[in-house]
Parts: sequence; C-alpha cells; structure tokens
Amino acid sequence: MRMVKMRMVNMTDNTKTAVRLLGTAVFMFAFGFLLVPLYDVLCAVTGFNGKTAGQYVSEKAPEIDKDRWVTVQFITNNNAGMPAEFRPKQRSMRVHPGEVNTAEFFVRNPVARTITAQAVPSVSPFHAASYLHKTECFCFEQQQLAEGEALDMPLRFIVDNELPADVTTLTLSYTLFNVSQEALAVAR
Amino acid sequence: MITEHPHDSHGPDKGLMRWVVTTNHKDIGTLYLWFSFLMFLTGGVMALIIRSELFQPGLQLVQPESFNQMTTMHGLIMVFGAVMPAFVGLANWLIPMMVGAPDMAMPRMNNFSFWILPFAFGLLLSSLFMEGGAPNFGWTFYAPLSTDFGPPSTTFFIFGVHMMGISSIMGSINIIVTILNLRAPGMTLMKMPLFVWTWLITAYLLIAVMPVLAGVVTMMLMDIHFNTAFFSAGGGGDPVLFQHIFWFFGHPEVYIMILPAFGVVSAIIPTFARKRLFGYESMVYATSSIAFLSFIVWAHHMFTVGIPIAGELYFMYATMLIAVPTGVKVFNWVATMWQGSMTFETPMLFAIAFVVLFTIGGLSGLMLSIVPADFQYHDTYFVVAHFHYVLVPGSVFSVMAAVYYWLPKWTGNMYDEALGKTHFWLSFIGINITFFPQHFSGLAGMPRRIPDYALQFADFNMISSCGAFLFGFSQLLFLFIIIKTIRGGEKATEQVWEGAHGLEWTLPSPAPYHTFATPPSDLNDAHG
Amino acid sequence: MLLGGNAAMADWAVNMTQGVTEISRQVYDLHMIIFILCVVIGIVVFGAMMVSMILHRKSRGAVPATFHENTKLEYLWTVIPIVILVVMALPATSTLQDMYDAGESDIDIEVRGIQWKWQYTYLNDDPAKEVRFVSSLSTPRDEIENRATKNEFYLVEVDEPMVIPINKRVRFLITSEDVIHAWWVPAFAVKKDAIPGFIHESWTIVDEPGIYRGQCAELCGKDHGFMPIEVHAVSEEDYEIWLAEKQEAARVVYETIGKEWTFEELMATGETVYQQSCAACHQLNGEGIPPVFPSLKGQGLAVGPIAAHTDIILNGKAGTAMQAFGTQLNPAQLAAVITYERNAWGNNLGDHIQPSRINEILSGGAQ
Repeated sequence: MRMVKMRMVNMTDNTKTAVRLLGTAVFMFAFGFLLVPLYDVLCAVTGFNGKTAGQYVSEKAPEIDKDRWVTVQFITNNNAGMPAEFRPKQRSMRVHPGEVNTAEFFVRNPVARTITAQAVPSVSPFHAASYLHKTECFCFEQQQLAEGEALDMPLRFIVDNELPADVTTLTLSYTLFNVSQEALAVAR
Repeated sequence: MITEHPHDSHGPDKGLMRWVVTTNHKDIGTLYLWFSFLMFLTGGVMALIIRSELFQPGLQLVQPESFNQMTTMHGLIMVFGAVMPAFVGLANWLIPMMVGAPDMAMPRMNNFSFWILPFAFGLLLSSLFMEGGAPNFGWTFYAPLSTDFGPPSTTFFIFGVHMMGISSIMGSINIIVTILNLRAPGMTLMKMPLFVWTWLITAYLLIAVMPVLAGVVTMMLMDIHFNTAFFSAGGGGDPVLFQHIFWFFGHPEVYIMILPAFGVVSAIIPTFARKRLFGYESMVYATSSIAFLSFIVWAHHMFTVGIPIAGELYFMYATMLIAVPTGVKVFNWVATMWQGSMTFETPMLFAIAFVVLFTIGGLSGLMLSIVPADFQYHDTYFVVAHFHYVLVPGSVFSVMAAVYYWLPKWTGNMYDEALGKTHFWLSFIGINITFFPQHFSGLAGMPRRIPDYALQFADFNMISSCGAFLFGFSQLLFLFIIIKTIRGGEKATEQVWEGAHGLEWTLPSPAPYHTFATPPSDLNDAHG
Repeated sequence: MLLGGNAAMADWAVNMTQGVTEISRQVYDLHMIIFILCVVIGIVVFGAMMVSMILHRKSRGAVPATFHENTKLEYLWTVIPIVILVVMALPATSTLQDMYDAGESDIDIEVRGIQWKWQYTYLNDDPAKEVRFVSSLSTPRDEIENRATKNEFYLVEVDEPMVIPINKRVRFLITSEDVIHAWWVPAFAVKKDAIPGFIHESWTIVDEPGIYRGQCAELCGKDHGFMPIEVHAVSEEDYEIWLAEKQEAARVVYETIGKEWTFEELMATGETVYQQSCAACHQLNGEGIPPVFPSLKGQGLAVGPIAAHTDIILNGKAGTAMQAFGTQLNPAQLAAVITYERNAWGNNLGDHIQPSRINEILSGGAQ
C-alpha cells in the first residue's frame, strides 16, 4: 500500500517542496551574512570578546562622579601586513566616570603607496567593555592614508557611571588592519 | 521467519557495474564498510608517520610543515572518512533487516550518497600533491590560520567538506525515512532495537549540524576568494565567531561518532550475557538527552578564548551534566552483564573493552569540563589522550565488535575465533600503550600538534610510538580475518549466536540479497 | 642516549605541576580532587564488571537472571552522579571566580604573539621608559636537526626571557599580530588565547623566584612547536636593576645607530639576526620553502634595488607570512640583516646600508 501511495504523489506537491527547499536555501544563505551583525549585537550587549558598541549618543549630559578615578590605558598594534606607524599620544589617562574625555592617536604611512586602514577596538576586562562609550572615534570608519601622510586621530569617550566597582583600570586596545584593495588582493 | 517471494530470486548484477549502479542496501553497506576500512588504513599510515616523527626529540622524518599536513589530514580522514562511513555502512546493512524493511526508503539516493564519498576524499587527498601542500591548519581549521594564512589547496578542502556534508545529509535523510516509514507492522518505536534508536537520533543530529559545517566552510570560501570578512576583525568580523560556529557543528559531531557505538554495544552485551538489556527505556531517554545536551555545550572547546565568567560557568555546568545520561548508559551495561551467563567471544571482548575504555575517556572528559583545570589541560596531550580514548577504543572498537558480531550473518561463514581473539588482544594492548602515556605527557605540559618536544617528554612519546605501531599493524590481521571469513569457513547458523535476539537473526546466513519483501509478522523478539 | 641522566630527568613528571602561585595551587588541588573522584568511580564501575565477569560466566554454570529493569536503581544512579557533580562544581566555581578577579595590577605587560615568537612590552606612561623586546627560541638549528647534542632546555629556552618580580601582581594583556596563538605558563596556571584584533587579560602573583617555562598552546602554523615562553621571576630589587639595564641598553643601541658601522660588523651581526628572525622561513641557506617562503638566493628583492629590499623588511608584505620587522628589530639589527641578505650565499652585491639610514626611514625621512 505504502509503495502505491508513493507513486501517486502528484507533481504540484513536488513543485511545492522544491520551492520551499529553494526558499529555505536562499534564507539560510542570507542568514549566513546576517551572522556577523547578529554576533556584533550579541557582543555589544554582553561586552563579549571585549567588543565595544558603536557611536554613543546620550539623551542627557551624564553626571560626573568626582569622587572616583578610573585609569584608561591605551595600547596600539599593527596587524600583519600593516606598515603604518601607529601609537597613542598619551599612554594612559586618569578620568572621572561621566566626564567627556579626548585622547589622540598618531598614525603615519611610511610606504610609497596609499593604504586604507581600519582600527579595531577591544576593551579589557570584558565586563567593563559595555561601560566605555565612544562619542567620536576614528575607528568608526576606514582611514585613507596617502604616501607619507601623518594624522592625529581623535577619540572622545565617556566612562559610564555604572562601571562595576572592581574595575579600576580599563585597557582600550586598537589594532590597525590593512584593508587596502591590494593588500586584500595579495592575501586572497 | 522469511516468507519466500518470487521477487527474492532476483540477484545482483554481474561484474564491476554491480557496485557502481547498485541500489541494494546490503551492497551499499558493504561499499561503505570497505571504503571506511581503506580510509582507516590511509589515516592510520598518517598517524604512524606522526608517531615516527615523535619517536625521539629532534626532527627526523618530516619537516614541521609536512607534520602539520599529516595531523590535519589524519584528523579529517579518520573523522569523516573512517568513523562516519563505517557507521553509515552498518546502518545500511542492519537497519532494514532490524526493522523488517525490504531496503532503504530511497535506494537511488543511497547509491548517490555513497558514490560522492570517493570523489570527496579523492579531492581532499589530491591536495597532498599540490603546490603549497595539503591543508595544514588542524582538522578544526581555525581562522585566520585557515583563511588568510592557509595554503592554496584550502579551496579543494572546502569543496571536499561540502561533498562529505551532502553525502552525510542524504544518508541521514534516508535513514530517518526508513526508520519512520518502513518499520514492519507492529514494530512501535519503543520496540526498535537500540542500534536503530541511536541511529535515528544520530541522523537527526547530522541533519541539524552538517549544514552548519557547510555554512562555516562557505564563509571561509567567501573570506578567501570574495573579500568578505566573516572571520577577520579588520572588516568587522571576528575569528572567534569561526570557533563558535565550528564547535556548534563540532560538538554534536563527536556524539554522531559515538551514539551508534552505544547502539552496537547495547546489542552485543545482552547477546553474550544471555540476558535482556537492562533499562531499555532509560537507554533511549539517555541517548536523547545526550543528543540534546550536545547542542548547548559547544564553548567548552574554547574555554581559553576569553569568555566572560558567566559564560564559562554555564558551559562548565552544562558539560558536567552530560556525565549523568552517559553514566546511566554505563551502569545499564554493567547491570546487563550482572547475573548473566557470559561467554567471551571476540565481539563481546571488544564490547567490554569499549565500556571500560570509553568510561576512562568519559572520566577524563569530566575532568576537562572543569574550567580552571581545563586552563591547564587545554590543547595538551591530555586532550589528545581523552578524545582518542573515546574515539578509538570507543567508536572504532565498537565498529570492530559489530563486524565480528554480524560478519557471520553477512557472509554465512564464522570467522576464526582464535585469530579474532588475537586481533582483540593486540589491539587492546596496542591502544593502551599508545594513548595512556599521553595523559601523563599532557599533564606534564606537552602541547598538542607539535612536531618536536622538550626532552622531559621523550620517554612517554617513545612508549606511545611503540604502541601505535603495534595497534597499526594489528589491523592487517583484521583485514586478513575478514578476507578469510568471506572466502570460507565454518557455516554459520540462522541465529549465529546462542543469545542473539532480533529480526536479522531470523534470516538465513548469509542474508539473501533481498530480505523482508513481505514484512515479518513475529516481532516478539525485536530487541534483546 | 636521549636523556642520558641529565637534569631533564629531574623534571620527569606524570602529573600537573603545582605551580608557584596561589591560583596554580588551587587549580592543582581541584585537579586532584576530581581525579580522585574519577578513580573512585572507575574502581566501583570496573570492580562491578570484574566481579560479574568472574562470577557470572557460562563456563561456571551461571544461569542468566531475568530482571531487565529496576526503576529505583535507575533513579539512584541518576541522582548519585548529580550529587558528585555538584561536589565538583562548587570548588571549581570558586577557583574560577578568583581567576577572574579584576584587581589593580602593579605591572602591566603586553604579550603579543607573532608567527613564531612572542613580543613583550612593559607598559609605561613614559614612552621613553617603555621596554619592548621580542623573545624567540634560542635552541640552535643543529640541535633540532640532530647534528649536535640536545641541551637540557631543548626547545624551551629563549634568547630574551620575560622578567617579572615576585609578590607583585602582574597583568598580561594578550593579543596577536597574525593568527591565533595561546600564551601558556603551566607554573602560573595562565593560558589565554592571543587573538588578532582583540585583547584579553590574565594575571599572576608569583611566590617563588625561579625560571618558569611554557609553550604556545594553539596551532599557529609551521613553527608552532618552536615558540616557547621563558619567564624569570626575580626579587623586586633584581627586577628594578634588570629594568634599568633594559632601559639603558635601549638608549645605548639608539646612540650606536648614529655611528658608522663597518661592512664586517654588519655582516657578523646580520648573520645572528638572520638565524633568529629569518631562517625559520627562508632557511639557513637562503633558499626558502617555495612557494610560501620564497628563496632569497640569487633572486627576488634580496638582489634587487636596496630601497625595495629595505621596504619589505621594514614594512612586511601584506597578505603573506612576511612580517614588518621595523617594529621588532632595532635599526642596527635591521641594517645588518639587510646587508647580510645582500651578501650571503653568493649574492655578493657588495652594497650595504647604515643603521642611521634605517633610523631616518623609520622616523619619517624621505625614502
């Protein structure tokens, strides 16, 4: 009986199945591309992996906690294949939670070609990452550096009042990646 | 209890084309099993190259870049080429006979899912001869080592993995459909033999995670060739994302390689204890819980990547929980043996060794789940010892047990018991000499995947290498025993084993080319 | 032949090290508790199997019982493991909380994995006092390739070890330049992955002075097995002396850059630098391992224009394994190794470059 039933399956059912499967495949393919933004959202919410959120916009001026000092350390590194000279102009800052601070980073392209750079921020310890708000950062966009070009890049940030009490030092690391087309072309 | 039917007289095609075009589940099962054995030997040769290099400190046989290719290919071939196809082969042979079905539900797809495999592994193995060499980033192929820093052959590896994935998914669909739709009338799910149950659950795991593997290698492909940055921080991606996706596939994958083994052992122990399996229902529930838990523990492979404490604690607790259903299984097997009337033929020896050595591997797994201690164990030989204990005397021994157990049914001839026992003891001693010392070298601080090591690890490595050669060459005896049995020997009876229960033992030995064209009616004996 | 009764025998170990920190001892105790529990479980289970295999065999005339389930028993052996697991989880949780404690540190060291060496930077608010150096394997190739007797610390020795003071909280900020590495010192129970683009931290307070060795613990490519870690824990006074020496040495190097180096001096220094920093890929004979690591002998940039040759050594080549050595080596070492490559293995170009010129290029002078 079962075998007979299987032969009687009509074409429209098969077409339906095919369309559904195709739809699923397309959806899964799109979902693949969605994974990175989704993972970023997860990281931004949880501070997972020391990732910081994007640009911070606050509705009201935060209250400054004059009684508390937090040290913010800056570390810079170049990823493989990035020749630029890149360093923080100040190694660390002592700040009050709530106040708006400005730090500067120096970058210079020493090679005879234009390079496109992307700075990737990371904060340690993790559980502090979501309490470091950046209102302005060179890491929000790629930097085009012409031959020999030198830049001072600003970062404006606020340490949140809610920063857990056990955190006295925050380390903000920037890694400069070479995302020039030619670097990608060689790499891939 | 086979009812003769005119259709049964239709035999296999003649010559080589029989194997190419076959849609018969027994032929395809045989193909899978031989393919798996071939891959087992290929991966084994690589393991012996690794162990030869590690016999003494210093570089002797291979350079570090070839060594990395060997470890990578050994892992990929053993996981995807040896263990998984072996279990699919057993499923093909046994599931239709155990549930009283005439064949697999989708015979042509069955043929296709096997014949993809030689091409997939041909592609993978061909990369050994390419400029830049074979994949050298470990079987876990972590980005960015496998993307920005991978050899040109990575693309071939990706297509190879895609093909294996397609094969596994088609195989699983076939198994699920067969089990759910083609059971003999009256065989309810809770009357199925445990091997069928474990494979049903395994097939669902495969369908759930093989697309994840396909996804992750596709993302790699895009990163390598199409300038995306899924796994590169410079473009907004994250290398750790790779590890999350990989292990979301990888952890269920390790259960895919062990659940069918549970099924095999649950068939063999009752037979030779001449006593019904203890706690059949709890076995089914335990298998299901293990399968469920396998989806929510993946990050225990990544405790050192830097996970917030809440995450570490969650993954530690969830991982420890797996010990509960696994413990239930082990206790049930022991209770099955208890007050039985045991004899120790080769399949039983392998099954008992499975229970003991798998338990050792399980206990070291429990140790690995403890996060602070894992910081010391992670990526050392302790981990190597752990997963080889669950995979070799675990999965591989269960396949060997299954082959000895069902070989008389497949060929109609009994294997040579004395040779079988010799094979068992050589393998058992070899495997323990190989992997037990690795616990010590791992605890003493030897990292895995290194071609050369500090002098303090020299003794254990030398012992380990000797054991590996003993185990490796014993497998030639296994090959000899199988060929000898196929060619002749004492004729096997229908039931073969005094204590065997189940539909496959009601068929003649060897099992005719077509069986259960008419569903069997007497199901009282379906599981032991 | 292998150990020859040398001191490596003393290190012959079958168990995890107790280590030299509060945390590492906690980890060791945890490991032992769980290990002993596992052994007890093993004895009970395997004992029951043994008894059964001896007593309940057919050859002794055993008749099979017919029981095949017992709900009470099954509940019992579900509940007992849960209780054991809780007993294990409690100390594990408390140790983990201790490890994750983010207290204020005395010294911050950035640890950066580079294929196949470690770069250590002792962070300092004053850039002039920042100490940065690369620590790489110092075992000679001859020992690795079995042409010389292996020394006691074969493969776990480095040219420049990390130095830390005892009884101070040292924070490690761990990152990577290229692929994922893992920084592991068993004696501190510190193992953390170094991930390109991200920074992770770990910390330790060492009780006892001594030399502690570890290795990279994450497969990172060809020479993963050859990137050891060596940490010298010394008294606080000795640490201060060492630090001052390091700072002074950096100043001296800086000053010698200005002097005019002879060709012979450059070649001699260059050979040493080449062996430490280049030979792993381009091989001692300069022939490399094509196509990944190109040959430098009689072809390519090493016999081309000196400006392009300098550029690739200083800045690396994007997308290949060629790193930017401009930040890893000092100008004298850079000038020496460039000169060496242009004149070794029969390249014999006869030209050379002065450290002062490298310094100009690095600090923004026109090429």
